[in-house]
Amino acid sequence: MVKWIMEPWPWYVSGPLIGLMVPLLLLLGNKTFGISSSLRHICAACFPVGISFFNYNWRKEIWNLVFVAGVAAGAWIAVQFLSSGAPVQVSPKLVQELSGYGINDYSSQTPKDLFNWTTLLSLKGFVLMVVGGFCVGFGTRYAGGCTSGHSIMGLSNLQWPSLVATICFMAGGFIVANLVLPFILKL
Amino acid sequence: MQQTAQETNTDFEVRSLDTVCLNESQLVHPAWYNIKYLIAGVLFGIILVKAQVISWFRIQEMFRLQSFHMYGVIGSAVVTGMIAVYIIKKTGVKTIHGEKVDLHPKPFSKGQIYGGLIFGFGWALTGACPGPLFALIGSGATVILVSLFSAVAGTWVYGLLRPKLPH
Repeated sequence: MVKWIMEPWPWYVSGPLIGLMVPLLLLLGNKTFGISSSLRHICAACFPVGISFFNYNWRKEIWNLVFVAGVAAGAWIAVQFLSSGAPVQVSPKLVQELSGYGINDYSSQTPKDLFNWTTLLSLKGFVLMVVGGFCVGFGTRYAGGCTSGHSIMGLSNLQWPSLVATICFMAGGFIVANLVLPFILKL
Repeated sequence: MQQTAQETNTDFEVRSLDTVCLNESQLVHPAWYNIKYLIAGVLFGIILVKAQVISWFRIQEMFRLQSFHMYGVIGSAVVTGMIAVYIIKKTGVKTIHGEKVDLHPKPFSKGQIYGGLIFGFGWALTGACPGPLFALIGSGATVILVSLFSAVAGTWVYGLLRPKLPH
């Protein structure tokens, strides 16, 4: 059992557990599951500067900020105490492709060859981390939710706009991962 | 010209703009009650790491159709959530504080298409959606703090440009 917890969890265990976050938050206090809203609450709390979109009582949503702080803490616990430290196992095809770009370190879940404080100052690192992050923040809010809010919560509640959003998330990802990323990784 | 519209808006109307995720509760509790959400967040963070959903490698695999893993995770999460929401609606079960569970339909907006695509671009680059951004920082990838700040900046710029964007 302990050994099993230390291994990566298969999809049929981790997927349903993620799905259970939906009823958990609803029953704990009538909260609909989502993460990207926390980014908006940070804006509303720290720099609303008269923008009407950030002019609301963010304290009503403070639960969401507490929730995301918990996510970071939970990840720390999982890495420190619940991980075997084995490298991430991915498809051999991906390993072969990435080795062509000099990416060979699978010891952590983010490729250390790409995401570190030194590469941040390179064009490649800047595009991956800063431009990528900006698109995540801008896009999720424009779409009205992220993978949690639309793809899990919205689809669970049978909302067709959430299906449209999910299809567009995937379409955008397919385009960039297959057509654009190869050029960025060559930088 | 925005001013008049803003004045007639209730706080709830502004707060519920462009979001699925919302506090629907009318009850007021002491602040320490929020510890429930800290614990829920910790559980979610552990699951995200153990599922490897936070891994840039796993996201690249997904977008290259090289592995079933991510599709299995998201698919089984959605099915579980659907069954749970169905049961909650069918039985009318109350929250632990005895409140009725509120689930409102979300209207369609063109933002779900344009914004959805833009988020997809960012997801493939960073290998992280918002949940994993927080989880990655906790997992020790401190440089992802920069991506998080950038995501906050992206959200802020959206708020600034919102009146000019098609919806």
